[in-house]
Amino acid sequence: MLARRIIPCLDVAGGRVVKGVHFESLRDAGDPVWQAARYDAEGADELVFLDISASPDQRETTLEMVARVAESIFIPFTVGGGIRSVADAGAALRAGADKVSVNTAAVRDRSLVPQLADSFGTQCVVAAVDVKRIGGRLAVMVNGGREETSLDAIEWIGELEAKGAGEILLTSMDKDGTGTGYDLPLLRAASAAVSIPVIASGGAGNLPHLAEAFEAGAHGVLAATIFHFQGSTLPEARAYLRERGYPVRP
Amino acid sequence: MIAVVDYGVNNLKSVVRALAAGGHTATLTTDPDEVRGADRVLLPGVGNFGQASRTLEQTGLGGAVREVAAAGRPVMGICLGLQLFFEGSEEAPGARGLGLLAGRVRRFATSLPVPHVGWARVDLTGPGRRHAMLASLFSQGAEFFYHVHSYHPTAVAENAVLGIGEYGESFPTLVGEGVVVGAQFHPEKSQRAGMALLDAFARWRP
Repeated sequence: MLARRIIPCLDVAGGRVVKGVHFESLRDAGDPVWQAARYDAEGADELVFLDISASPDQRETTLEMVARVAESIFIPFTVGGGIRSVADAGAALRAGADKVSVNTAAVRDRSLVPQLADSFGTQCVVAAVDVKRIGGRLAVMVNGGREETSLDAIEWIGELEAKGAGEILLTSMDKDGTGTGYDLPLLRAASAAVSIPVIASGGAGNLPHLAEAFEAGAHGVLAATIFHFQGSTLPEARAYLRERGYPVRP
Repeated sequence: MIAVVDYGVNNLKSVVRALAAGGHTATLTTDPDEVRGADRVLLPGVGNFGQASRTLEQTGLGGAVREVAAAGRPVMGICLGLQLFFEGSEEAPGARGLGLLAGRVRRFATSLPVPHVGWARVDLTGPGRRHAMLASLFSQGAEFFYHVHSYHPTAVAENAVLGIGEYGESFPTLVGEGVVVGAQFHPEKSQRAGMALLDAFARWRP
């Protein structure tokens, strides 16, 4: 039996953890290595590190940071942001990542996900999809949410599964940072469309929101604001979910 | 000294780091003589059975691991490392394992997505509860460990199955006989439960 996962997410820019609302108005949330070690000690099931600045000239700095985070934790570690090729992914894995997350590059280069799956195995490939509701459409957004595509989110995640993604990291831009709960209809549609795990992201503001996401079919819940700022801790989250019968780690 | 065998597969540093965090000295080595001289040996690994079995044979590292076990010193395998302790694997039909454990390795036969990835509950069996290395662990009789694999041990002697997992089917995920022990999961990625298991291996006197 697989445990449902609670996954703190570190959005990193300029060497600091940051967190915004709808991908904007970023505020500082501390040092990545310190935060990672804290979440590991509190029993996080995994950790996700997204380089949200992802500027090519800072790759080396980012990889050094990735290596320092990897050295301070003993849980699976996903790294994303600016991974555009097999070589980029290889560098992240060598720096200590267990999985890589691709988003914009997977849209621009449709052969990227299959190449990553061939090179490193599907278990290494996390396909991140940022979704925004635009006129009744579930639009896939790229370039840090700044650019709209014509892709439909549910069709796109089906394609990503077929191409060799091991899991889908599904972020609702409408909900991101609002603390009003995950986009549950989106999550239900996505979970029904693929057999690989779907990780819910965007909107968690309290512990019942985590339970709602599991109920809607999520295998894991990504959360930043709730753990960075709002005083909920991972042990509290696990206790809350366990009491309600969800299979989480003790 | 614990020798961690480096045979060209990924994911070795985290094992050394996890042992070091428990206060144990572990050395990553490609040298069969260093393996032969170690107090205990750990064979980690992620990768392909056929490729790994060839490398172990060509480098002499496989023979060295067998000698350590034959001399009665503890040997532990992790993931592909454990699979290599068996006689062979469906992943590479012609390739030979080290034959330290009776049994084979086969692919998951389930409609669930393969590879099996995630925190899976491991339940101790009767032999597991009686195993000296595991005595102080598994306080509730079960623990969650992080698994990433498409293949798992099968046809293992009943008294050598120490812990079982479940993913569409039951499978041995903690296996051991005599001085040999192995985990299909990744203790180095399994936080407290995993660190405790590696610590227990480092202290184990079979």
